[in-house]
Amino acid sequence: MSERRKWHERLKVTLWTLIVPPAVWAGHFLFAYLWAAISCAKDGAFAKFPVLFTLGTVLALVVIALSGWIAWKQQRTVGDPPPHDEGTEVDRLRFLAKSTLLLAGLSFVSVLFTALPVVFIGDCR
Amino acid sequence: MYPPLTTRTDLSGLGADIWMLGLSFIEVSSVAAAVELIVGVLKCRPPGMRLNLMPLYAWYILVVAVMILFAFPPLIAGDVLFEMERLLDWPFFDASRGGDPLLWQHLFWIFGHPEVYIVFLPSIALFAMLVPTFARRHLLGYPWIVLAAVGTAFLSFGLWVHHMFATGLPKISLAFFSAASEAVAIPTAVQIFVFIVTLWAGRVVWSTPLLYAAGSLAIFVIGGLTGVMVAVAPFDWQAHDTYFVVAHLHYVLIGGTLMPLFAGLYYYWPLVTGKKLSDRLGRTAFWLIFVGANLCFFPMHLSGLEGMPRRVFTYPEELGLGGLNLASTIGSFVIAAGVAVIVLDLCRSPWRQKAPRNPWAAGTLEWLAHPDDEDWGIRSIPLIESRYPIWDQEDFVRKVDEGRYFLPDAEEGRRETIVTSVLDARPVSVIRLGGPSWLPMLTAVALGGVFILTTYHFYWAALVSGMLTLALVLTWLWTGTAEIPEKPRKPIGHGIELPLYISGDAAPGWWAMFITMMADATAFSGLVFGYYFFWTRHEDFPPMAMADGPGVWWPMVALVVGLASWLATAGAREVHARGKIALARVLVLLGIAASLAGIYAGLAGPWLSGMDPQAHSYPAIVWTLAIWTTAHCGVAAIMLAYVLARSLAGKMTPAHDADIRNVTVYMHFLALTVAVTYLTIGLFPELA
Repeated sequence: MSERRKWHERLKVTLWTLIVPPAVWAGHFLFAYLWAAISCAKDGAFAKFPVLFTLGTVLALVVIALSGWIAWKQQRTVGDPPPHDEGTEVDRLRFLAKSTLLLAGLSFVSVLFTALPVVFIGDCR
Repeated sequence: MYPPLTTRTDLSGLGADIWMLGLSFIEVSSVAAAVELIVGVLKCRPPGMRLNLMPLYAWYILVVAVMILFAFPPLIAGDVLFEMERLLDWPFFDASRGGDPLLWQHLFWIFGHPEVYIVFLPSIALFAMLVPTFARRHLLGYPWIVLAAVGTAFLSFGLWVHHMFATGLPKISLAFFSAASEAVAIPTAVQIFVFIVTLWAGRVVWSTPLLYAAGSLAIFVIGGLTGVMVAVAPFDWQAHDTYFVVAHLHYVLIGGTLMPLFAGLYYYWPLVTGKKLSDRLGRTAFWLIFVGANLCFFPMHLSGLEGMPRRVFTYPEELGLGGLNLASTIGSFVIAAGVAVIVLDLCRSPWRQKAPRNPWAAGTLEWLAHPDDEDWGIRSIPLIESRYPIWDQEDFVRKVDEGRYFLPDAEEGRRETIVTSVLDARPVSVIRLGGPSWLPMLTAVALGGVFILTTYHFYWAALVSGMLTLALVLTWLWTGTAEIPEKPRKPIGHGIELPLYISGDAAPGWWAMFITMMADATAFSGLVFGYYFFWTRHEDFPPMAMADGPGVWWPMVALVVGLASWLATAGAREVHARGKIALARVLVLLGIAASLAGIYAGLAGPWLSGMDPQAHSYPAIVWTLAIWTTAHCGVAAIMLAYVLARSLAGKMTPAHDADIRNVTVYMHFLALTVAVTYLTIGLFPELA
């Protein structure tokens, strides 16, 4: 591999990067729960257009999409022939990257799910 | 189970204590098991078994163990508060004194819902092993199973409030949990599709275990579909506390846990005993259970929707539900008959012939086991190159049996295994494991004594039992861990030599401490959640009349000495590694002194300001946080004294420093606990 690898190819994929997308979902979920609980308990309402909540949700979606994109690039790393289930360096990388990509998809959808109630309910009833 | 009925001693007897302290005991053992399973999966795989070659059972168990780590500790926190209220009358759940019964429900269900998946995933993991065996091919979609397991694990922590839909929480909060409850259907469905596709693409052998697997998937899917229904809050308000919910949870647990366990029983019985169970009896039992479960629980959907309440043993005839309930009753007897047939099958097992080795012709490692007992776990530790080595690797079984792989001998007569790296399972070191000993048994008895004696209010005896536990644990550690080996390295075969002693983050002991402390920190966060939960539930928290305690001064002193003990330990580790043993010992001594001072300073705040924990939830939760933190300071002092003793006894040297490295991990978490506790109880009243 003589050519210089791009930055997203140089990132090392590990068990920790595998759980980045669902951990972002968890962080966003906790944030949404606390944000609603505190604004409803202490202010009795949240603003008509909840700026903080929107920013948090967009941030979560961007981080998940980015980690999914990196994982997508990495799971296309060229190397051994399909079905990519050998005990080689490349197949281990492709496996972790693909699992991360799948988790990013699930986490993206789940963050959208969490955001929907704020759009549809819109207050502290 | 729910306060205030269970926390008032005039309304509930000893049963509540037995239940609660028994549960706490189980939690301690589950967390210990989780530590062992995580370290086992991550650090003790055979060489070559990279993460993408791991048997899926190991993936599921890794995920479940991590879930235990984060799900059980909140209930430990809940148990602490619950028993404090029952035994000492500290009003955490008593609304008349600033407590809130809903806090208990939160802490219980943060445990309770992930627990559903903690029992479900290992059962599904059995399918991931037996489906490929009977489809006669590799499992398709390996990464999709990992997605399913990891995704379910995370989402399962966002579901707990769906057990509390009817408690009057704000609708917006309910909706968040409703959303997560719907989302968890996605990964759950993915794994079922993976199994179906694998069977579709394979050449299926319709064995008894596979019959159970197929039947339980059918039942589980019905439970999953009603789960999607009750996850919708307005529907749940209608179905709440009716037989509809009973039908849902039994379909999920019979299909998702019980029948998979029977599948596993029939599949793995030859591995355990060397003998197969009867196919004829097994299939008879399957059909009885399958038909019985549907006959018992399907009518409950209908009777529930028509208003049949849960948890009653009589109901008015005018409801017109006699027919449906009778069908359920008949079904339950049919299930019992099926289980009786299985029991009969098990009882006849001792008189049956031994089965051949690997009777199902499976491809995975566990089937290396011999039907006849041997004196070793495995003859030699193989090099793994495939997910199904028995199928794919040439002469695999013969090479293992002939000892052609790693560690074929035990020259020193010790129990040994190879520690490997997390991602790629490269050999790192050889560790010696404990041999047969009474110490673990005695420790278990002494620890059990703490819980059992407390249940019956023999507090002094419980204290003695606790001291005994501590003494036994220290003896066990002293004699059985971080032993300096007689030679630095040993060969494991094929020209590879590995060290016999490692410390720091390559060593399993370091990981065990790190993982244990993750659980400890999670329990602590449950208590901190309690403090802030009270703040959101009350107009004025802390209440004006009590806001003087514990003041700012003593918590800040406690913070400083707590952090000092942490810094002293970290410093001791560094100078010790550089060979300055005397300086390291002085720093450890300073650490002990600071930890002990931390106990006084931590308790002085609430004590000197005269906070009465029985008066209100505020002083009670402040006292609880202070006691939790100072108890951890006490444990730190004991650990540091142990390190000092090891150094003085020559059992810890700069080249063999596992003890101080592992204790430093504890101290990192202590620093976090100290910071959160004292900033909260010292400064938050100034802000609120």
